[in-house]
Amino acid sequence: MSDITRRDVLRRLGLTLMATGVLDRVSAEEIHHFAQAAQASNGGSYSPKALTDHEYRTLVRLTDFIIPVENGKPGAVAAGAAAWIDMLASENAQLKSIYTKGLAWMDDAMKKRDAKDFLSGTPEQQTALLDLIAFRRNASLELDPGIQFFTMARRMTVDAFYTSEIGIADIDYRGNRPQASYPEPTEAITYALKRSGL
Amino acid sequence: MAQVTSSTTVHDVVVVGSGAGGGTVTNVLANMGVSVLLLEAGPMLNIADLKEHMWPYNVPHRGAGPKGQAYTNEPTGFTYSATYGGSQLDGEPYTVAPGSDFSWFRSRILGGRTNHYGRVTLRLADYDFKPYTTDSLGFDWPISYNDLAPYYDKAEQFIGVTGSIEGIRSAPDGIFNPPGALKAHDVLVQRACAKNGIRAVAARQAVTTVARNGRPPCHYCGQCGRGCTTASNYASSYVQIFPAMKTGKVQVIANAMARELVTDASGKVTAVSYVDKTDGSEKQVRCRSVVLAASACESARLLLNSKSSQHPQGLANSSGKVGRYLMDTVGYSMSATVPALSGMPHYNSDGYGSHLYVPWWLWDKHKDLNFARGYHIEVGGGYGMPGIGSFQGAVNRVEGYGIPMKQAIRDNYGTSIGLSGRGEMIPNEDSYCEVDPEVKDRWGIPVLRFHWKWSDHELNQVRHMQQTFRAILETMGGQIAAPGGRGGGRGAAPTTAMDTGPQPGSQAPQTGQAGPQTGLPNAPAGQPATGGRGQRAGNAAAADPNRPPISRGGAIIHEVGTVRMGDDPKTSPLNKFCQAHEVKNLFVADGAPFVSNADKNPTHTIIALAWRTAEYLAEELRKGNV
Repeated sequence: MSDITRRDVLRRLGLTLMATGVLDRVSAEEIHHFAQAAQASNGGSYSPKALTDHEYRTLVRLTDFIIPVENGKPGAVAAGAAAWIDMLASENAQLKSIYTKGLAWMDDAMKKRDAKDFLSGTPEQQTALLDLIAFRRNASLELDPGIQFFTMARRMTVDAFYTSEIGIADIDYRGNRPQASYPEPTEAITYALKRSGL
Repeated sequence: MAQVTSSTTVHDVVVVGSGAGGGTVTNVLANMGVSVLLLEAGPMLNIADLKEHMWPYNVPHRGAGPKGQAYTNEPTGFTYSATYGGSQLDGEPYTVAPGSDFSWFRSRILGGRTNHYGRVTLRLADYDFKPYTTDSLGFDWPISYNDLAPYYDKAEQFIGVTGSIEGIRSAPDGIFNPPGALKAHDVLVQRACAKNGIRAVAARQAVTTVARNGRPPCHYCGQCGRGCTTASNYASSYVQIFPAMKTGKVQVIANAMARELVTDASGKVTAVSYVDKTDGSEKQVRCRSVVLAASACESARLLLNSKSSQHPQGLANSSGKVGRYLMDTVGYSMSATVPALSGMPHYNSDGYGSHLYVPWWLWDKHKDLNFARGYHIEVGGGYGMPGIGSFQGAVNRVEGYGIPMKQAIRDNYGTSIGLSGRGEMIPNEDSYCEVDPEVKDRWGIPVLRFHWKWSDHELNQVRHMQQTFRAILETMGGQIAAPGGRGGGRGAAPTTAMDTGPQPGSQAPQTGQAGPQTGLPNAPAGQPATGGRGQRAGNAAAADPNRPPISRGGAIIHEVGTVRMGDDPKTSPLNKFCQAHEVKNLFVADGAPFVSNADKNPTHTIIALAWRTAEYLAEELRKGNV
């Protein structure tokens, strides 16, 4: 990491954490990881540590399918989901194996559909495959490895997205801020009572 | 044993343990001018280490564990909470006897479990002190409500407790500060309860909503479990011990793991020997008196391990009752997705955890019930901070990918309501701890072995919780999810660290024990999956399909009653001042003196009892009686 990047990251952490002073709890190693993930979530480049370039690009595409851009609102790619997954996989051999094998399965499955690999398939071919492995009801000896892998990739992509700044804004979580008082949520109560019939 | 370093100073009082009991004794004695040496088995708490207000993306792994353990079914550690402990501590095993199921949660930090606990603050009712008189089960306390009421008053005025005056016999009113407004789901629960003849009232939480003793009022960020940087909620560390240290009367030795109490020929305690965990050396501190507040089971362990020719069964244990009558709270949870909440205008629902609770409403109807003692209900719900696993329930339900899945997540967010029952367990002869004859911890200190059995009273109480919770949730149109989370018991898989939904008041610490998803997005936080080293795997209860899904012993982390008080030295180690009958300068000030474990979370009574014990001890010291 360049000095400038490190300084930027420290400043960013400092702005976020100064109020509570927890910066000293974040180790240098964590800052290093965070810097790379932050770069990726800012649309910057990320050099995968666990996956090959090909595997990583396939994973990025997969996360794009799982949480795409929605009416111009950024999705999993902008949130750096693939970088986050790769970062964890680089620390966890079991996870790395799940992704290496799973992404290879995706390529093999696409070969059976006459494409070179998953990334080379047409969007229609890609969607057709995902429509099979995204549902438990399609379980079969042939598809099970794909279903298991996609379930994990979806789970981690959803987690990565909704724990990012982008995802937290997307889901409209309004808390984690000091308030002088706790006002009655009148509008919400009226809505809920009306619909509940209570 | 290695050479023991002993100081020549004789301290007036040595307190072992710094949780609710130890913190209270330390603070009260210091303010009365008595000097205290406080031993804590864990490190000092550094306020700057508290993770309040952190976002998940402030940690690179965002709560999944530094190695992504959440996804490979390994414990993640306590990423965000102020928990500093768990049911598995390196080098500190315990064992569980065959046929028993028990987990023992320990904290190793200044302030102990008060740093993260649920902060439910309930007085025992008058009848809770006389259970045997009421129904011929269990045992009466040697004190009455009127003996303890002045100390509940003092504790509430010092700590700050939310609540409202209700005049309910099962839930005596206290000196409350104003509660926060009810949240939207609270209003639904309150109305649904009313339709079922049940009264729900403002939660009684150890949170000050007004400025108090230099502590600013609560700022309603909802992150009480991470420790409070403004000390607006109660933890013994920042509310009692740090201020007490400023009096100059208190010395704290951290990383001091007590090994045994040393006695002289007259049978009095003269010193506490401990392991200095920083270098493994053996040390002793001399004392005029000692107060054990190491947690109910650790205090029992310390007494049982303090054997000598004079005290072959351990110190203060001629009765053989040390370790006996171990109790936990009965736990059961149910949650539902409530369609009425879907699409509701979002608001900041953080507050201070639970704002609503249900006191036991059938205290005068037990002759019509098939269980003898009551329970209260804690309520959870709202829009929690997103975290690892928060939305997996919705994802698993709808499957697929893309915008339809994202819409399901959106529709589901904040629609889950959870109810947790917290009930009274009657002490029995089959639930106790003893010293394991073989296993020792990393410092060579013999460890505890646990024995556990629920009776039909507790199992039937859980059946009543099931019926009641279903009725309440269905009255508001809720779609019941599988019982889940801590207190869900059998069949309930632990959930992951972060939890965006129902966080009932006495919530589990954010356990960080990764596990398979329940398919329940917002279940109360999961229970630790396994106990200490040496504990057999599995759950005996799981073999019996007719058994209701009761929590495992110890899972609610309300273990009390191992060194009980009573007027008869033949049946109780402690007298009515929590002073050992046989050792006049030995006191116990945690949950161990409890004679029963009412459906009231124990911390408030631990504090009130400890306060009373401290005042009594100060007077006895002044008179030269100890």
